[in-house]
Amino acid sequence: MAEITRDEVLHVARLARLELTDNEVARFQEQLSDILGAVSKVSELDLSGVPPTAHPLDIQNAWADDVPRPCLSLDEVFANAPDRDDDLFRVPPT
Amino acid sequence: MIDTLRLTAEEAKRLLDAREISGAELFAAYRAAIDERDPELHAYLAVCDDPGGDGIPIAMKDVIGTKGVATTAGSKILESYVPVYDSTVAARCAKHGLRLLGKTNTDEFAMGSSTENSAFGPSHNPWDPTRVPGGSGGGSAAAVAAGLAPWALGSDTGGSIKQPAALCGNVGLRPTYGTVSRYGVVAFASSLDQVGPVARTVRDCAYLYSIIAGRDENDTTTVDVPAVEVPAAEDLQGVRVGVPRELNEAKGIESGVRERVWQAVALAESLGASVDECSLPRSVDYGLACYYLIAPAEASSNLARYDGVRYGLRSQGDDFRAMVMASRHDGLGDEPKRRIMLGTYALSAGYYDAFYGKAQQVRTVIKREHDEAFERFDVLVSPTSPTVAFPLGAKADNPLAMYLSDLLTIPSCMAGLPGLSIPCGLSEGLPVGLQLVGPQFSENTLFRTGHALERALGFDPVPTRYRT
Repeated sequence: MAEITRDEVLHVARLARLELTDNEVARFQEQLSDILGAVSKVSELDLSGVPPTAHPLDIQNAWADDVPRPCLSLDEVFANAPDRDDDLFRVPPT
Repeated sequence: MIDTLRLTAEEAKRLLDAREISGAELFAAYRAAIDERDPELHAYLAVCDDPGGDGIPIAMKDVIGTKGVATTAGSKILESYVPVYDSTVAARCAKHGLRLLGKTNTDEFAMGSSTENSAFGPSHNPWDPTRVPGGSGGGSAAAVAAGLAPWALGSDTGGSIKQPAALCGNVGLRPTYGTVSRYGVVAFASSLDQVGPVARTVRDCAYLYSIIAGRDENDTTTVDVPAVEVPAAEDLQGVRVGVPRELNEAKGIESGVRERVWQAVALAESLGASVDECSLPRSVDYGLACYYLIAPAEASSNLARYDGVRYGLRSQGDDFRAMVMASRHDGLGDEPKRRIMLGTYALSAGYYDAFYGKAQQVRTVIKREHDEAFERFDVLVSPTSPTVAFPLGAKADNPLAMYLSDLLTIPSCMAGLPGLSIPCGLSEGLPVGLQLVGPQFSENTLFRTGHALERALGFDPVPTRYRT
């Protein structure tokens, strides 16, 4: 399995919001096929009845006290913004 | 005259406390070493001015957020990013008086095993500059090995502290998942990422770990941590050492590496440890596949934040989506793109169960195998890296070959276990790392075992070509 098509590469790139050049599409098609071939090894094992692990520690729900704390000022929040418009991040039209 | 190649953090602290040297002299000595040797090594992406004070200097991998000091994660997309707050680990170091020497090189977003994926060019191995220092934390490891910092912080997702420590001949700890806060650290794969120390001795490593470890209300995955014991004992009486066959006989382990590790295991036995073989039948065979599904899946989600809106590089686009896609195209390098694509694919409709779901079940299998081994053993030993440092460019065009560099470090990472790498000798003139893995929260046992072995091995961590 795991021969990934050019259309699949383009579909995934679109889902991931990645613009790719034609060269990148061709290169990723080949490399991702190789990598997917290797990682599909996980399907060799009989895993019936094995629960999934999402997190390596046996902890659940860490609660914090619901009290106000100091936060960043607006100038700090916008310090790295590519385009600030007053108290908003400016972006091109959707 | 301060010899930064040999000075440990412990000795630096003694000299500072006794006022035999000043903080300014110490900082200047490291800056001079950086000026002398870093043009060749490129361990640092940025060097800081002396912030004053009388604490020990420290270097930090450039994924660790430092207020007012650029934090690039080795990526063009964060080239101009200057954090407006400190990560918890940076704040804890500052609180202990540690003074930031600079930010060290890393594979972009900590994705890689050689630093060749850094957008700002690779670092070089101080033992042989034609070779890689390992990765992703190759900058921190190279800096410590070359006396450009007494110690450093790294981050580890699948081996990024331990593998560079092995390749550069220093000591690196990947702590138990949840013991060190990731607040303010650039995220790669959140169920795996851990911050940890790189040092020249196990005692320094333990000391730095004691500074950064502990629960942090800003990272809800952190837990309370047992008190850290800086090791002193030089025997291994009562320590049960397991030698997992699959981790020690895996295809691709160089014979020189295997020999050094065997010698270290024999030494452990002569120090009083009991040694026996054991097996992790599926952890090694399936660990890499499991990791390269789970880590990219989480990365594809974590890296979605780089959209050109709130911080980081923005490229031009006619509409919002075109701007986002262009920013990510221009700002991200090959390896993050590859992993975002792989992770997005593994999580996408129709493939989720076959890939991500299966990988999460394999993760349970790996965890259970380790739990079972720790019913009989306190520490599992193996090589850290199958090979010594490889030449720059040797694996740069073959992602899958590069991924195999982490074959032996990945299984314990998947299980959330702590791992310590200590140097155990040279092969072909290059350092070999011994990996010690213990149950969750067993850092003190790893320190004790690592320290006793370090003393008995007598490895000289100064790269041969710098010795006078």
